[in-house]
Amino acid sequence: MNISVNGVAYETESSPLTPLLDVLREELGITSPKAGCHQGGCGACTVLVDGEARRSCILPAAYADGAEITTVEGLGAPEQLSTVQQAFVHHYAAQCGFCTSGMLLAAQAYLNHGGTDDPSGIQEALGGHVCRCTGYLKIVDAVAAAARGELFDLTTTAVGKYTTLTGGGVE
Amino acid sequence: MATAALAVTDEIEVLLPGSEAEAIEAFGDGKDVVVVGGGTIVVPEMTYGRLQPRRALLLKDAGMAGMAEDGSRTTIGSATTVDALVGLPAPLGPCAANIADGEIRGVATVGGNVCAGAGREAPRGDLQGALLALAASVRSAGAGGVTEEPLEEFLPKRRERLVLGISFDRPARGAFAALDRPHTHDYTALAVSGARAGDGAVRLAATGGGSWGVRLPSAEASADEPERAGAAALADVDPRDDALASAWYRKKVLPVLVRRVLTELEEVA
Repeated sequence: MNISVNGVAYETESSPLTPLLDVLREELGITSPKAGCHQGGCGACTVLVDGEARRSCILPAAYADGAEITTVEGLGAPEQLSTVQQAFVHHYAAQCGFCTSGMLLAAQAYLNHGGTDDPSGIQEALGGHVCRCTGYLKIVDAVAAAARGELFDLTTTAVGKYTTLTGGGVE
Repeated sequence: MATAALAVTDEIEVLLPGSEAEAIEAFGDGKDVVVVGGGTIVVPEMTYGRLQPRRALLLKDAGMAGMAEDGSRTTIGSATTVDALVGLPAPLGPCAANIADGEIRGVATVGGNVCAGAGREAPRGDLQGALLALAASVRSAGAGGVTEEPLEEFLPKRRERLVLGISFDRPARGAFAALDRPHTHDYTALAVSGARAGDGAVRLAATGGGSWGVRLPSAEASADEPERAGAAALADVDPRDDALASAWYRKKVLPVLVRRVLTELEEVA
């Protein structure tokens, strides 16, 4: 099978029934999609398949044959975060980080489909994602900010001062 | 969790038919074949080793998705995604919208949902109730060839057949009521669907009232009296205890959902 991940083409050897998550993590070594529940219930494994948010742990690899897969690495780079990634940093929407890649990709799909800053729409879009740190309010705030197109200079925020996400280091 | 990934092996023969005819031929009499619609139920079962088929029939390229209208009759291909049903009138649209979340609905198929059985810890197959209320018929393949029969007759043997399509007449009015889910990853503990045909006849069905979707004929007989119908519905179900709710609780709530559905059907009758 052939898949493209973040613009890089791969020819995979896994069985067509293998969950896409296992192809990404075990065969290709792309570990940002997380294996949380492995049964479609937590959203930590969510990736974009041709722009649509999908649970990679329950999607047979055959269903991604020929598709463009986007993982969180495809959203932005550490020195050039995407709008939604910036918003997550600014709003402290990542705590332990385990759910974050799935949350970001679900949020990106929501925004790609014209999602607004209406909290109920965001909650519907992210409703299948579990944050074990229970940081839901900050996540919804971040997606709402991204929906409004807000951009942040992360070097001026508290988060920016104490992380290396923007290359600024700890002050 | 890493060991879970090992259950899906190369030893399973994967069949990828390119048409409905090829799918029917590959399914044969259904022995030792598991049908993979969207995979949302089957893949986790295989991942955790609870399902170990010799052959897997993947429908993704079989051209079995889509909806067609012919007069008042709607036909839905078995590989149509649940998400495609969300905008339809009640009871089917709201029932579909109450299944999982958009990411799951965009992959899960109508045929897979109709063929789902009770899970280990929850009822599954939410669409069964709505389609029973709509007096749907199922076209399927398997031993004896291609047949079409009412959903009620199909459900007991759903694991032995390959669903090809589902048809029903649009009702004059439909309604759907369900217990709220605390999170989208929960299955629905109990739901009631209702449909009023053009001649005024009312059909009611429940999901979560037994091992699979069940009609509520005793409630239908008292459809003009929602209070009485709600109580009567208890004679039609055999709910069980599971992780979502006890049988006792389901029996307490069923009359309420039946009353809500009948009241909604009455409002514009």
